[in-house]
Amino acid sequence: MTPARDESDVPPQPVEQWERPLPRPDNVSKPFWEAASRGELLIQRCPSGHRQFYPRAVCRVCGDDPGWEQASGRGTVHTYTVIRQNHARPFRDELPYVVAMVDLVEGVRMMGNITGCAPDEVYIGMPVEVRMVQAEPDVGVPFWRPVAGGPGTKGATA
Amino acid sequence: MPDRAPVIVGTGLSDYPQAPDLDGVQHHSQAMQRALADCGLAKGEIDGYLDAGGGGVMIDDAVTMAEYLGIDHRYIDGTMTGGSSFEFHVQHAAAAIRQGLCDTVLITYGSDQLSRMGRSLGTGGLGRGAKRFAGPQQYEAPFGNSLVGSYAMAAQRHMYEFGTTSEQLAEIAVGVREFAGLNPKAMYREPITVDDVLGSRLIADPLHKLDCCVISDGGGAIVMTTAERARDLRQPPVYVLGAAGAQTHWNISQMPDFTDTAASRCGPIAFGQAGVAPANIDTIQFYDSFTITVMLLLEGLGFCARGEGGAFVKDGHLRRGGDLPLNTDGGGLSSSHPGMRGIFLLIEAARQLRGQAGEAQVPDCDLAVACGSGGWLSCIGAVILGREHP
Repeated sequence: MTPARDESDVPPQPVEQWERPLPRPDNVSKPFWEAASRGELLIQRCPSGHRQFYPRAVCRVCGDDPGWEQASGRGTVHTYTVIRQNHARPFRDELPYVVAMVDLVEGVRMMGNITGCAPDEVYIGMPVEVRMVQAEPDVGVPFWRPVAGGPGTKGATA
Repeated sequence: MPDRAPVIVGTGLSDYPQAPDLDGVQHHSQAMQRALADCGLAKGEIDGYLDAGGGGVMIDDAVTMAEYLGIDHRYIDGTMTGGSSFEFHVQHAAAAIRQGLCDTVLITYGSDQLSRMGRSLGTGGLGRGAKRFAGPQQYEAPFGNSLVGSYAMAAQRHMYEFGTTSEQLAEIAVGVREFAGLNPKAMYREPITVDDVLGSRLIADPLHKLDCCVISDGGGAIVMTTAERARDLRQPPVYVLGAAGAQTHWNISQMPDFTDTAASRCGPIAFGQAGVAPANIDTIQFYDSFTITVMLLLEGLGFCARGEGGAFVKDGHLRRGGDLPLNTDGGGLSSSHPGMRGIFLLIEAARQLRGQAGEAQVPDCDLAVACGSGGWLSCIGAVILGREHP
């Protein structure tokens, strides 16, 4: 497996017009969204080393103040679904699409979409890497795509 | 010493599955009237009230509904754990009755979601309607997950870990539909087969349309009191033998283990209180928002080992005539699901224990479990009910 690369070398992909729901950045979440708009994926880590996602004002294990660290941007699909019905715009125009839970190598889990392959090619255990999409000037949103050169066949690890 | 063992004495359902003339608050009201008529208690005797709301901000929360219904309470509780709220309410009400905080409790629920919003609320997806999301939802809303999608991710993981199949999940829907055929009010009554479920369209892989609950209007009410007070009421008392609830997460991305729910934590507590085991249970009324919900509750509560839910349901235990009939009113999968169905489970369990279930009656029904699931497999409440005084 190739070593995880510094995600800062993946430039955010701007979109013409972001039509999906947006985050409302607050004093806790602003650093996350801003970093993502620079192509960086941040997760929280408290002084005792507990990592967490989503970001919050306290460590969910020990209650201490969490700080930030840069994540590798690499992970595997823990579980997923192919959404085939959603009446809400703009998603109804994108059907079918994949919603997945991604386990980062750092040990935290986040929800995201798997793009860059057909929905039927996604499988549990699939190695994926982050690809930032710039939704607004200070908001980048992490998307996921199969790791280049990784096992690409459904069921390879099932 | 008066006998303060907590009992369910009155139950009432409002009109379902569709009642265009009733708003949500009127479902609460109508259900209350019917539950009081059922047991013969006067409204003035109610001194405890529990209501989870769910209709929108302040529309039908506990204090608003207490005003509307005219409840002069000594005890009030607005615990909201989604569809399992009512199992949590029974836990709280039973403790309040035992401790003398109140004597006679009313629990109500009502929803007009079908008449108000129609079936288009369907998969529960978030779109542009609410453009910005704060709090934990800001990390999920951009990705177009749906309510069905959350359960689908649990089902997908269950299949991956344990080899569970779509045929096994479908078996649950087929059995519940058989009971719906005995309920004249059920939304869908025609028998279905496993092939029908698999042939219905995929909504969110691996869940098909017939793996999903219906969308309906409806409401329910329960009156609880002491065994002492129940002696001269109209209905045989249904004893609350055990009641416990637990939570693992709220937002689906925080679910610690997609194949293990809080049922594995609250189940042993409820069974321990009741002094019975899953093998003693005669019928189960489980939250069937989706077929996978039932399978996870079966495993979590210990009706079968973890990962063996697929084989268990294929053995026919849950069907009519099986040794553990499931959702004998037709369940959420076929009869009604107004959004938070937990109160229906308790009412159907009580109906079975009173021997009033007609053609759907489970023979020699002494012990029942009602188990609600709220949120996205987030909050599980288990209640064990019995015909005999503990």
